[in-house]
Amino acid sequence: MLSLLVFLPLVAAIVLAAVPRLGDAAARWLWLAVAAAEVVLVALVWARYETPTPGRLALDEQVQWIPGVRSSYHVGVDGLSLPLVAMTAVVFLACAVYSLKEARRPRLHAALLLFLQSVSLGLFVSADLILFFVFFDLSIVGMYFLIAGWGHVNAARSALQFFLYTFLGSLALLVGFIGLYVYADPHTFDMVELIAANPLAGHGLAGGLVLAAILLGLAVKTPTVPFHTWLPPAHTDASSVGSAVLAAVLLKMGTYGFVRIAMPMLPEAWRAWAWLIIVVGIVSVLYGALVALAQSNLKRMVAYTSVNHMGYVVMAVGAAGLVASDTASARGIAVTGAVTEMVSHGLITAALFLLVGTLHQRAGTYEMADFGGLAHTAPKLAGLFAVGAFASLGLPALSGFIAEFQVFTGSIAVAPVTAIALFGILITAALFLRALQRVFTGGLHGRSVGFADLHPREVWSTGILLGLSLLIGVYPAPLLAVIEPAASAVVTLLGR
Amino acid sequence: MRPLLLLPEILLFVGGLAALMGGSFLPRNRQWVTRVVAAGALVASIAVSAAGLTGAPTAAFEGTYAVDTATGIARIAAALGTLLVLGIAGDELAATARESETYALLLFATTGTIVLAGARDLLVLAVAFFLASIPLYGLIGMVRTPRGAEAAMKTYLMGALFGIVLLLGVTLLYGVTGATLHADLAQRLAAAPPAAVAAGLLAVVAGLLFEAGGVPAHFWVPDAAQGANGTVATFLTTVPKIGAMVALYRFVSVLPDTVDWPLLIGVLAVLSMTLANLAAYWQQDPRRMLGWSTVSQVGFLLVPIAVATRSDLALPSLLLYLLGYTVTNVAAFAVTTALPDARDLSDYRGLSRSRPWLAASLLVALLGLVGTPPTVVFVGKLTTATAAWDGGMAWLTLAVFVNSLISLFYYLRWIIPAFSPAGVMAMAGAQSDEHHAAALRVPGRWSSDTAVAAALLSVGLGLAGGLVWAIVSGPLLT
Repeated sequence: MLSLLVFLPLVAAIVLAAVPRLGDAAARWLWLAVAAAEVVLVALVWARYETPTPGRLALDEQVQWIPGVRSSYHVGVDGLSLPLVAMTAVVFLACAVYSLKEARRPRLHAALLLFLQSVSLGLFVSADLILFFVFFDLSIVGMYFLIAGWGHVNAARSALQFFLYTFLGSLALLVGFIGLYVYADPHTFDMVELIAANPLAGHGLAGGLVLAAILLGLAVKTPTVPFHTWLPPAHTDASSVGSAVLAAVLLKMGTYGFVRIAMPMLPEAWRAWAWLIIVVGIVSVLYGALVALAQSNLKRMVAYTSVNHMGYVVMAVGAAGLVASDTASARGIAVTGAVTEMVSHGLITAALFLLVGTLHQRAGTYEMADFGGLAHTAPKLAGLFAVGAFASLGLPALSGFIAEFQVFTGSIAVAPVTAIALFGILITAALFLRALQRVFTGGLHGRSVGFADLHPREVWSTGILLGLSLLIGVYPAPLLAVIEPAASAVVTLLGR
Repeated sequence: MRPLLLLPEILLFVGGLAALMGGSFLPRNRQWVTRVVAAGALVASIAVSAAGLTGAPTAAFEGTYAVDTATGIARIAAALGTLLVLGIAGDELAATARESETYALLLFATTGTIVLAGARDLLVLAVAFFLASIPLYGLIGMVRTPRGAEAAMKTYLMGALFGIVLLLGVTLLYGVTGATLHADLAQRLAAAPPAAVAAGLLAVVAGLLFEAGGVPAHFWVPDAAQGANGTVATFLTTVPKIGAMVALYRFVSVLPDTVDWPLLIGVLAVLSMTLANLAAYWQQDPRRMLGWSTVSQVGFLLVPIAVATRSDLALPSLLLYLLGYTVTNVAAFAVTTALPDARDLSDYRGLSRSRPWLAASLLVALLGLVGTPPTVVFVGKLTTATAAWDGGMAWLTLAVFVNSLISLFYYLRWIIPAFSPAGVMAMAGAQSDEHHAAALRVPGRWSSDTAVAAALLSVGLGLAGGLVWAIVSGPLLT
């Protein structure tokens, strides 16, 4: 079941890449059909999912791969990965709808995005460190070609920077994985076994170094301050779909690694370093928000809000490491909030990037100063962007609120100082309201004149994403019911 | 005696003789027959070696020659590498004046490298060293260009020097132990004076590093890779390393703890990787860049040797890496021989549009050399780095990954133009555009097919990593 989910897009990608005779139209519709089938498959997986007992994974499949180093093709889902798998499938479906009019080499574009979908889904269901790394590395290669091949002006340069920077991160990650392998007895790369083994318990220095390597790898990918510098140029020069996938899915690979690998496998070192992680989180929140506030380029602004939102996640998982006897439930809430934030940010940011992309596509610029009163000519765009902006700044009844509410409830209960990060929400609210005001309200001027409103495919693609965000905001219970058991399991593992 | 144990080597040598003799009697336009003969010998040799892998490890010729998993994999890797090289030769050498001689020398050198891998005696090792290296001088000098002559001269002088150094080392070790057989050395070296052992060790290692093309005996590699013809460049950066590395593994395994040989090998590994990576970055000629890249790969190959006696993963990871390196490196070189006129990295721009399969092979080969999954070199690099840490040399693991990152910089200098549209960098004027169009016009069919096949092998062996691992971790003669 999970293997089908992971490899169906890859098969479609190979077919698209290898058969040039498929026309452009056929390529677009094949992509859409596969993306839709993936969403159906995810729904089936969700329906069949039952919360596994702690230390196990649901729907798992295992085939030997390199038995010499005890690495296997092992996949499975639990409450941490299933929501991200679902979010990934939805985001890629939205991208497929949005790209129905892609004019630049649509066949290869579809193939590349299907490849990326396979890789992303594969990463989230991986239960083996090497398998995880394989998908992690391939996601970098795929995204490099997406930025370089379909990006804007400085795409080649930004793509290169992205490649080198995140490749550095991935190698650091691999060093950490080998460390886990070497200290585990018996040696293994299997995540489930490693979590049970807690291999570096009692190795203070080595545990710290292994965690440092893994954190470096994940922090580059997430990205957190000070490793975020690749993100703004990559987003600015990527195509809309590229930005949406990068922000919604690829960034989650970093934060997912925290809850899947770093926290349960290195609990001792995580507890020792928890304060550093919290500080990095808070700094990311505030710095990301402040720099976003200073942007005049709308897309760059949205990009920096990603740094801000990922900061909440990092802060929450850091706070979960401050183990004290009476705070287990608060720390559980923090981790639940962190996972919810990953899903929520994925949906909202993907929608925002797709919407912002229409500006460049029609007017050739992202500069806020070039627009004004756009709500007159493009009311649908204005409406959807407003919903996205409010969702992003954490307005109740949208998913961002559910996530951030839990992040702060959990974090402040454990570490009151994290309340500083509340300023991040304030600044985000200010910058989104200011952007709405500058671009959409006021007198009609600049590039807003004659601006064509959204096409149905653009409305639908972003509508799916924002509709889901609204659904989670209004009725989060089914999602939280999946996440909460897994989050409390992580907290228990951290207490070892 | 049991000479039949050496059937794979005999097949190759006889195949080489047959190509040499047959070539004298064939007209130039029918010299391809000798290529078929050579390929037949290689295929037969691979088949016999593969069948031999199932047998128990034995020693041939009074214990001087090992027939075990390490030899078996070296036989297969070397013959497979040479077979792929013959594929490249189909474009470049067909109906040229030195065709059959080239095939004969290729087979002799392949035999030499295999004997080097199986040697369990320092004198056999020395003989194999010369059998493997002397054909190289002739092969490099086969092109009559000033560059080729310079490269041949350089290789010859370096080879003569390091051959003597190797013999000196063998003499020294014999002098302090009275033995050349590995099994005897293992017993007697511990009691020998450490200074003499260290000197002998240095000399033997230096000789083998010439054959492998690693620091400090690497100076001939970039010149030869650039100056020789494509077929030869591919061969000499790929196949000799197999024998040299396995021989080095066998040699260090008998050394006593009185000398800190793991540190020596570890330092040489880091030097090879780092110096070659830094040198490769500045190259404009893709073959010269690949030449430096192969020097850095020797550094990676030395990592498992440094932990030869400390980690169970060392030998399987070395053999797996050798196998993976062979197919991946051939794939990269085959792309350059498919486009013989593209001798500058910028000539490759637009390749992905005009020759998508060739560009895809190039991508797989270069990212494979970096160690990107799911190619087989990734599996090799992973197990190699794991072996290093497992053997207590975590700093080597770190060096492997730092150098992988550095190597990405120069491989990308090649990948980026290949995947950019032809027009993007077209600022150099009309004349260079014409040259550029000519450089990519007619890819050689044999080389293109070899590149695609080798790239597919590289990915396929990686995906089948478990199976390959099971084969390379077979029994070893101790």
